[in-house]
Amino acid sequence: METMTVLQWLLDGMLVLALVWLAWRALSSPDLFTAIVLFIAFGLMMALAWVRLQAPDIALAEAAIGAGLTGALLLSALARSNDLADRINDDQIVDTEKK
Amino acid sequence: MNSILLYALAGVGLFTLGLYALIVHAHLLRKILAINVMGSGVFLVLVSLGGRTPGASPDPVPHAMVITGIVVAVSATALALALMLRVQAKTGQTLLPEERLE
Amino acid sequence: MSVTDRSRLALVFRRVLMLLLLGLAGGLAYAVLSLPDQAVGLSDRVRANMETSGVSNPVTAVLLNFRGYDTLLEMAVLLVALLGVWSLGSAAVYRRSNPEPVLLSLVGVLVPMLLLMAGYLLWVGADAPGGAFQAGSVLAAAGILMLLACKRPPVQLLGWSLRLVLVLGLGAFIAVGVSLLSASGMFLQYPPGLAGALILFIEAAATLSIGVTLAALFLGGRLDPDA
Repeated sequence: METMTVLQWLLDGMLVLALVWLAWRALSSPDLFTAIVLFIAFGLMMALAWVRLQAPDIALAEAAIGAGLTGALLLSALARSNDLADRINDDQIVDTEKK
Repeated sequence: MNSILLYALAGVGLFTLGLYALIVHAHLLRKILAINVMGSGVFLVLVSLGGRTPGASPDPVPHAMVITGIVVAVSATALALALMLRVQAKTGQTLLPEERLE
Repeated sequence: MSVTDRSRLALVFRRVLMLLLLGLAGGLAYAVLSLPDQAVGLSDRVRANMETSGVSNPVTAVLLNFRGYDTLLEMAVLLVALLGVWSLGSAAVYRRSNPEPVLLSLVGVLVPMLLLMAGYLLWVGADAPGGAFQAGSVLAAAGILMLLACKRPPVQLLGWSLRLVLVLGLGAFIAVGVSLLSASGMFLQYPPGLAGALILFIEAAATLSIGVTLAALFLGGRLDPDA
């Protein structure tokens, strides 16, 4: 039984390390696309953490919503933001408010 | 039992990390990412502290609260992203007014 | 202030902020570590009342029965977020290019499986991990896949039918609550015999609502009928 607890401690420790490291890399990455992809990976690791904490309902919800849906939302917003920036640079259509 | 405390401390660490990134970064998308990380940290603390029950199964009330919290967080993220795109359409930059480049 | 002064000030600010946040983290960690090792919380109460709740999954019982009012308010929050996104502008028009054939064939295989999985998660939520939110998010994933493959629903469905499906979840919840209010005098107090059926009914409506709301949130704007 001792090897079981040692292995469990090893698993929990590595999962926690992976979580904190992924979060730090996602928040400090210079490229936004990399940051969002790392955030999706962070969400999947969170789903594993929920399973380790005996919360399978939350694991399902986090994998679908936290990782999947939030990742899709962020990527779509990034694409639209880049599109908008290109259009603003090309023909200077900034809709400035009247001073 | 102490693996529960490990996850709770990880939650505290994620919260602080997210708070630092929220204050330091100027780009709105990074702020939204930071808020999501902070939320995940809080959920970790809630659920891990709910697992301290003497029996085998953890307390289901924090589980329900966190599921609600995840759904509310995604809808708030969607609204925040739409606001960010609107700010960019109006001013040309994805920064808050006080941090805008002159 | 010159540029170098400003950058040096920013560096000092970051160092001070890091120290302050380390202090905050230390305080929070101390608070977490000083909590007692065993805390019963509400698990005993929940287990004692599981027979009258109508389901055997404790999380579903808490979400849909014991704290049903919180779930009702949460569906209202989803709706308000969608209204906020809709009030900010119309949805971006996707370019009319042909999507890749790999994506199209993948959508053809995945969407039926996702629909099946959503139905399964909804049904099994009464006894095993699952439930309305998980099923609704899988449904939203199917919707988003179809949107990505440029398969928009026909224009006739985008007006009143869309709004009807969006308020279906919240409406079913409120309707059940109000009818129970007039029948037995308490809002959302399920009679033990009907609790299972009522929970399934509310969850089914909520699944549809959550799926369509999340997919509409992904679209990011109003769906004008002439787009």
